[in-house]
Amino acid sequence: MAAGAAGLWPMIQKKGTIASPGVAIGPALVLDTEEYRIPRRTIDATRVPAQIHILDDALKASREEVRELRLATARQLGDKIATIFALHEEIIADKKLRDVVVGNIENNRYTAAYAFGLQMNELQRRFRNVADPYLKERVRDLFDIEKRVMRHILGRAREDITRLTEPVVVVAHDITPSQAVSFDQEHVLGFAINVGGSTSHTAILARMLGKPAVVALNDITSDVAGGEPVIIDGTHGIVVVNPDPETIERYQAQQAKDRASEIELRELRELPAVTQDGHTITLLANIELSNEARSAMDSGAEGIGLYRTEFLFLSGERAPNEEDQYEAFRTAVRHTGTKPITIRTMDLGADKMMSAMGAHHDHNPVLGLRSLRYCLKNLGMFRTHLRAILRASAHGDVRIMFPMVTNLMELRQAKSTVFDVMEDLEEDEIAFRRDLPIGMMVETPAAAMLASIFVKEVAFFSLGTNDLTQYTLAVDRANERVSDLYAPHNPAVIRLIRQVIRTGRRADVTVNLCGEMAGAPIYTMLLLGLGLRQLSMAPKDIPEVKKIIRLVTLRKCETVVQKVLRFDDDRQILNYLRDRLRDIDPDAI
Amino acid sequence: MAVEREIVIRNKEGLHFRPIMRFVDLASKFDCRIQVFCNEHEADGHSPMELLMLVGTQGSTVRLVTDGKDEQEAIVGLCRLFESGFGET
Repeated sequence: MAAGAAGLWPMIQKKGTIASPGVAIGPALVLDTEEYRIPRRTIDATRVPAQIHILDDALKASREEVRELRLATARQLGDKIATIFALHEEIIADKKLRDVVVGNIENNRYTAAYAFGLQMNELQRRFRNVADPYLKERVRDLFDIEKRVMRHILGRAREDITRLTEPVVVVAHDITPSQAVSFDQEHVLGFAINVGGSTSHTAILARMLGKPAVVALNDITSDVAGGEPVIIDGTHGIVVVNPDPETIERYQAQQAKDRASEIELRELRELPAVTQDGHTITLLANIELSNEARSAMDSGAEGIGLYRTEFLFLSGERAPNEEDQYEAFRTAVRHTGTKPITIRTMDLGADKMMSAMGAHHDHNPVLGLRSLRYCLKNLGMFRTHLRAILRASAHGDVRIMFPMVTNLMELRQAKSTVFDVMEDLEEDEIAFRRDLPIGMMVETPAAAMLASIFVKEVAFFSLGTNDLTQYTLAVDRANERVSDLYAPHNPAVIRLIRQVIRTGRRADVTVNLCGEMAGAPIYTMLLLGLGLRQLSMAPKDIPEVKKIIRLVTLRKCETVVQKVLRFDDDRQILNYLRDRLRDIDPDAI
Repeated sequence: MAVEREIVIRNKEGLHFRPIMRFVDLASKFDCRIQVFCNEHEADGHSPMELLMLVGTQGSTVRLVTDGKDEQEAIVGLCRLFESGFGET
């Protein structure tokens, strides 16, 4: 009886939060949770020796672990208590236990995990029926042993996500950034996750990889055993477990439609982003991982407009050292070739603080010690970071960008730190680009309003409309109770954007926009009309935006802006922009 | 020629950790085959897992069977362990 045989199991449909659009259909791969629901899966005879090997390795590792635990316990709490672990050790090492489990694997073709779990269940069952309260308590020890060994068995399986052999849909309670980056991208079709929101790492990562994902599903892991078919509808935030044939058919039709429009957009890749009246717009890519630079360039980007360096600091247990960072930057620069690549300095706040930073919890993280503020208070770490960026600048057209600037002193201090590090590098005779452009994010209302002051001190501006909107409207968009107030097209935000663009133009300083607004076709006409000639977005959004650019005239975009500036309500603006987009490309809505 | 003897579990907490550890320890010193029967279950005297699965509580009767060269020494030694309540009360 194979798990998930169609029709045997009821179809379950769950609604979660949209994290990354698209449809994925495939067998579920459940990443471990504390409960270890192990699916009964039969294996091919050829895989039997490998499963026995996994079992032996897990038993050996578990035994060593318990031995350490026993010795440590004996030192701290005495031999008497340590005896508990002596028995754990003996049971794990028990030849009879191994024989039974190996028999399960060989005779029934079970996986090591399932075969071991079966035997442990049998043991536990025996104990649950005992009247003697003391012996009955021993079932806890059996649980402990089971969990330990299971962790080692699955630990192997978990590593295997880096080299899967068949396409799977990942179902998990949560995914750590390091897990996420180690996925075998070719075989992972999509994600269904218990926790998280649309701005969680899983969500960002899934969008970046172009994989459908639904998050905040609460308990999807308890509805899926593993191996059964699962549909992830990332466009609507729906997950279907054990779909019936009609549902599969419906989603397959959707997939075919998506694929067709993807092909159409791919053809746009080679075409320039030029308006009908001959104005060229530079389309750049936002990336989070060094390797992503390659696919970004493949999708038609003319450079990297925003390389978020945070993942470097989030994915490991320890803070990345200079070499770790240099390697990552170097890789991204290599993939970008001779095209520009803007590296934004570490933009972490208390909300995503890595453990190594060990910071106090700010009461109000987005207004707290984060981003550039954090770097300026931790100069050692900041200098290492800058040194790695500067070293990478020897290999391509690297630019440095500071996030979250609110006053001139911060900017000057950050710049002088760069110059200090440059001097160190010169002394050490290490190559870097002396004249690399230094720019800043304009993502606080203060920076936008003081643009005419900042403009004298930077080589470029980049409008970070996500944070600019959040700070201007005082809305946390990750907070579901107020997220409906979050609107980058709010007249206040549009006026700030306009002011920054005009200031930049007058001073002949390039203005880029790298917020999510840049990748949303509904805003393309507005942004062009406001005077932007450079947009940086997720690589997957480039074809769609390019398509719109090629359909409009700049003159038309400017009249759209004239109209928008007369509206005083964000809903009117959104409706108007939607209508204008529909005029030129009905499919885009 | 196998040797066989019945004995009652006397220690309060039954066949739990320490008794099993001591049993297996002693059993490993003998070459003969050691079987333990209790509550309609059978255990290999060398397997802590199987001994634990006997769920032998205080007052249960255990049947020991040894078979091999040193079967006599084995059964005497192991029975003495039971009689002493595994050094507990």
